[in-house]
Amino acid sequence: MRLVTVLLILLLGAAAVWSFAAARAHGWWFPENVSVFGARIDALFDLNLWITGGVFVLVFALLAWTVARGALPGRARPVHGDLRLELVWTLVPAAIFVGLAVAQLDEWRELKYAGARPHVAVTARVVASQFDWHFVYPGPDRRFDTLDDLETTYELVVPAGEPVVLQLVSRDVIHSFFVPGLRLKQDVVPGMRPEVWFEVRGPADLELVCAELCGWGHYKMAGRVRVVPRAAFDAHLAALERAFRSNGKDER
Amino acid sequence: MTAPSSLLRRRVFSTDHKVIGVQFLLFSAFFLVLGGLTALAIRWQLAWPWSRVPIVGKALYPATGGVMTPEGYTVLFTLHGTIMIFFVIIPLLVGAFGNFLIPLMIGARDMAFPRLNAASFWLMVPAGALIVASFFVASGGPASGWTAYPPLAPIASAAAGRGLGQTLWLVSVFLAGVASTLGALNYVATVVMLRARGLSWTRLPLTVWALFFSAIIQLVALPVLTAGAVLQLFDRFLGTGFYTPAHLVVNQFTPESAGHAVGGQPLLWQHLFWFYSHPAVYVMVLPAMGIVSDVLAVHGRKPVFGYRPMVFSMGTIVVLGMFVWGHHMFVSGLDPAAGTAFMLSTILIALPSSVKVFNWLATLWGSRPRYDAAFLNAVGFVAMFVIGGLSGIWLASTPVDVPLHDTALVVGHFHFVVFGGSVFAAFAALHHWFPKMTGRRLDERLGKLHFAGTFVLTACVFLMMHQLGMAGQPRRVADPYVYAGLAHLKPLNVFISKSAFLLAAWQGFLVVNVVKTLLAKPEGERNPWDANTLEWETASPPPHANFEAELVVARGPYEYGVPDGPRDHRRQVGPG
Ligand SMILES: [Cu+2]
Ligand SMILES: [Cu+2]
Repeated sequence: MRLVTVLLILLLGAAAVWSFAAARAHGWWFPENVSVFGARIDALFDLNLWITGGVFVLVFALLAWTVARGALPGRARPVHGDLRLELVWTLVPAAIFVGLAVAQLDEWRELKYAGARPHVAVTARVVASQFDWHFVYPGPDRRFDTLDDLETTYELVVPAGEPVVLQLVSRDVIHSFFVPGLRLKQDVVPGMRPEVWFEVRGPADLELVCAELCGWGHYKMAGRVRVVPRAAFDAHLAALERAFRSNGKDER
Repeated sequence: MTAPSSLLRRRVFSTDHKVIGVQFLLFSAFFLVLGGLTALAIRWQLAWPWSRVPIVGKALYPATGGVMTPEGYTVLFTLHGTIMIFFVIIPLLVGAFGNFLIPLMIGARDMAFPRLNAASFWLMVPAGALIVASFFVASGGPASGWTAYPPLAPIASAAAGRGLGQTLWLVSVFLAGVASTLGALNYVATVVMLRARGLSWTRLPLTVWALFFSAIIQLVALPVLTAGAVLQLFDRFLGTGFYTPAHLVVNQFTPESAGHAVGGQPLLWQHLFWFYSHPAVYVMVLPAMGIVSDVLAVHGRKPVFGYRPMVFSMGTIVVLGMFVWGHHMFVSGLDPAAGTAFMLSTILIALPSSVKVFNWLATLWGSRPRYDAAFLNAVGFVAMFVIGGLSGIWLASTPVDVPLHDTALVVGHFHFVVFGGSVFAAFAALHHWFPKMTGRRLDERLGKLHFAGTFVLTACVFLMMHQLGMAGQPRRVADPYVYAGLAHLKPLNVFISKSAFLLAAWQGFLVVNVVKTLLAKPEGERNPWDANTLEWETASPPPHANFEAELVVARGPYEYGVPDGPRDHRRQVGPG
């Protein structure tokens, strides 16, 4: 059973390493990133993966080795501890962990701190409700909650090559605005109006996922985010406005 | 102290900690089956969405001819999480092993408050009955996840199942909370007051230390969740609005129009909930850590390496563990500065865990293991726990958590901790202490077979969930393939589900082992493993009041590998 156990440990270790090494080739990796900050998140993930991966390989090798060595003759040496060793395996991991944490502080500040918000007007308001995504543009007067606000549903269109700021609003329960291709996720909490911001260099067509349980239809609360050049974005808004006008006339 | 004479008092309404421990064991075994079945149904839906659920489908979903409904799926993962945490892992490690072991390992005749102890079990019975009943409510079972976030949970109109089912869920969690608090109070008092003569704190086995520490977590943090659940009940029935913001329109219902107070904060619940429910992870894993330390020493015939660092690191986990709950809220709208603080505290809490892993490795180094089932499961715990711990670091890293939060990666992460960790430790404990509980050793060959298959299949089920999450598969989604970008993950989900069914079937070896052993003639050996601690100083199973005479402890629990003398160990009691 000694060898079987060693084999099992090695097998698990190898499977874990393989599952990450082979992931890209099988499409089990993150979807392609298109946002500027997303590239930095990916780099930080790689840093995390390499550091924890190194620790993982070291620990599994030690575990397999200690279990394999057990068939020695005689009794074990009754060692109760060793202060120097304890210091080593407390201080070295402490340095690594603290270093890893510090290395990620800047990026977190860029992502969420209000001070990092780009100085541009809110591009669109995202309104979540069971189980749809709605989007509101401020319209020609550039102000929300006025008569000329433009509303769409399912697909959010935003401009490429410039910072985009979204305001997230929920009408009912908590939802979560998750765009894997942007590495962006923010819960949409009723009573709060969190803002998110990002920038995409070129055109992209992305999936929008609801990532917080919001009721029975949570699984199908899908949407899209389409990033288009500025000119196409303006044309899109103009088309929305035309549709809105003609609708309004019909109703009157 | 004489044993009560009536059978009912001895076996059912007993105040004997051993009987209560066995009752908790049977209780959690029953719920393990239920929780396991919900897991399999979840896996069925994720692999083959909207296809007829075999065997139980017709009975559970008659309206659709046996096809799961989206509401039904939501109920399933709500109950899976609730049952596994509150009715399986905590009652198993803390309730069953805690009750059975604490008085025996400290040389006490019973708990400090035997009646309180019995009350803590008998409150769990209605709690369990309510959670089972909630599944069968005609208007739908509880369907807000085990996290029960408002406004989804308290506002009855939010969807089907938010009516009676959710009420039963809340009352059940409340009762379980009260039960655990009573039990914890009793454990702390027992360890402080009733240790045998000579059993100083530094001679306490690590299992007792661990159970003591988890009881402290429960005493400090659990009342917060229990009170939070009461506030949710107030919001539902008394028109308060602790968690309800203004201007909601939930399924055409406005709280204001119904006379409910508004102006509350959904995030308040998340704080109250995670203030206990994160430390609850340590309630589930600290006892496992203690058990594994003891099993590795006894079955490795070598002292635990670094006794004091082991105790100190557990204490650090208790204290630091109270200050990390916010890592569940990095993307919740929590102030990002608080996110920074919670990131630092969460990454720091990896430190005591890694200290423990290195001390286990050092304990194993140069040991003379028997390679029996108890030992193997303890080694399995270490391997699995390392994986769960390391992926925890990614989730503690705020920027990296953003894309990973609420994905299948999180599911994989905590199952490595709770299934790979706590459950393997429970298997180790079962093999190690079964002879004390029943006077019979479990069959080693069946035990090893059970371990090997469970080890491999656990990896098959949970390992690749990391990749699913990286690829963007969210948690709690009845049909991931609604998203075109996730369609290619189906073969992986099918593989995971098939492995899960095999993993469940493989537990048959454990069941056969237990039944077969119970039917065999008792050996009644007092100390089959040549262990040092006090529970082995009495008959197996121990009599009422535990010990024939008062015990006097002369040394620490880990004197193994003694170089001279006929035996390789020195018991805690007696001259040598
Ligand atoms: Cu949702
Ligand atoms: Cu947590």
